[in-house]
Amino acid sequence: MMTRIGKEEAKAGMWVRISRVLLKPEERSGRLPEATRKVPLVMWTKGKLTEPPTARRGDQVQIESSCGRREQGTLVEIEPAWNHNFGNTVPELQQIAEKLRCRLRREKNHG
Amino acid sequence: MDSRRREEIIRSSVGIDYSRFESGSWAFDYEVMMESAGYSLKEVQRIQAEAGVGKTPLLELRNISRLARSCAEPGKGARIFLKDEAAGPTGSFKDRRASISAFHAQKLGFPGIAAATSGNYGAAVAGQAARLGLPCLIVQECFDSSGTGQPEIIEKARKCEDLGAEVLQLSVGPELFTVYLSLLEETGFFNASLYTPFGIAGVETLGTELALQCRELAGRPPDVVVATNAGGGNLTGTARGLLKSGCHRTIMVGASVDLRGLHMASDRDFNRKSFTTGHTGFGIPFAVFPDRSDVPRSAARPLRYLDRYLTVRQGEVFYMTEALAALEGLERGPAGNTSLAAAFSLAREMPEEQIIIVQESEYTGAGKHHRAQLSFARERGIEVRFGDPAEEVPGRSIVLPREPEQIRAVDLDLMELKKSYLRHALEERKGETPTEEDISYFAEETKSGRDFIISALKSLGAPEKSTDTKREKEQQR
Repeated sequence: MMTRIGKEEAKAGMWVRISRVLLKPEERSGRLPEATRKVPLVMWTKGKLTEPPTARRGDQVQIESSCGRREQGTLVEIEPAWNHNFGNTVPELQQIAEKLRCRLRREKNHG
Repeated sequence: MDSRRREEIIRSSVGIDYSRFESGSWAFDYEVMMESAGYSLKEVQRIQAEAGVGKTPLLELRNISRLARSCAEPGKGARIFLKDEAAGPTGSFKDRRASISAFHAQKLGFPGIAAATSGNYGAAVAGQAARLGLPCLIVQECFDSSGTGQPEIIEKARKCEDLGAEVLQLSVGPELFTVYLSLLEETGFFNASLYTPFGIAGVETLGTELALQCRELAGRPPDVVVATNAGGGNLTGTARGLLKSGCHRTIMVGASVDLRGLHMASDRDFNRKSFTTGHTGFGIPFAVFPDRSDVPRSAARPLRYLDRYLTVRQGEVFYMTEALAALEGLERGPAGNTSLAAAFSLAREMPEEQIIIVQESEYTGAGKHHRAQLSFARERGIEVRFGDPAEEVPGRSIVLPREPEQIRAVDLDLMELKKSYLRHALEERKGETPTEEDISYFAEETKSGRDFIISALKSLGAPEKSTDTKREKEQQR
């Protein structure tokens, strides 16, 4: 699920999301499946922008997180949104419900 | 990070000296650990009452029971009850564990509390932290390398953040544990591990409530209790609570979603599964090697309590999730319905006057909802279709049963799991000889007997205690 782009510029104190590579692929731990070993270990977190006083997406910034930690990284989202939802229509689910209701109605009628 | 530093961080972040329970060999004193490092049932009840945790309803699923009877032979189709843990403060039974961990963290004067979890436990810890005014850090494995997050985990992140916690999210990889340890070292926060004695003690009240409520509602103790099994804590705590309430004849069944074939550390497989917990990817490894967790000795030891261990398919669980909403008016998260699917299958084998309890439910919401999960799977190219659930291939298809009769939980071979446990144990202390104490310990660990252990150890080629010294002594006389 792609996240919405959001605001263009963040000011100190604004809620932002940052990212940082923790381990490059060649630095990763011993026994890993191939698909995992080829990619970096990446971290994302959120907090209030502390440094610099203004920043744009892509800038290196510092934040203060909700639990009081200072963290550094690349600014990826300003006032990030939540985009997860209840999903697209899955007709099979409605079919299951209808069939079950029908069945139990029949059971009730036949005692 | 070297192992000594790891051990030091783990020890100081949990506040338990595990060494005093050790024998120097395989055996350790589990019950002493649970008693001395845990909290008594009364203490747990008091802490949970103050935290607004526990005493969730036990609901009889009359329509689902009727459906089960209609799929069973005459006289079969046990009454199905649901322990509605979704009614807890943050919507899952994890509130029980979190309430004790948080109490403990505050009592010991830690500056904050942390947990490494992509599951409901994060929100439970965050909720308790909010109530106690403790800074909170949750570390999740959430995204694959393309930045695609599992919708269920995103919802959990949202909940933790909305309860005031920092949620640090990682891409796929087992290095999460090392990252987590570094963060514990940096912050000095309490490690609200899922595997501490007090965490498990927090779940015991679920078992005692089941016993009490079942007797009240149905006039008899539960015949069967089905608990979703991943790390083993859910099942362990519930079983212990049931036993403490005198339910020695209650059959304890574990249930996991069958995801065998998928690799849990694979970046590619990460978003090809619809269940992030309650599945065989955790359930089997943690059952056969409980001490793989983030503490030296896990309090979650499911093989001690399992009478049966069932697997169900993703499609069967999604089906039952829809059935629960359509027939009982209860919208609940699919992961929490793993044991419902297993219980539905099992109920059809049981006499109709018996009671089978589904030990938990969880809340549902955006991302967690079964429609959201099925949509996500379809978008990822997973085939979602009707058919025989036995045809399901994890990572490639989700097969929804056409009829409820097709829901058939499959037994895992417990004997093989117990042997696997012994195999792991022997690997851990290669070349060492099990003592008599170790043999008794193994029997307890696997809910078996001395004879089984001795013959299993023999077949695994374990070093045996030399009888020569005995013969020498006799010759000398």
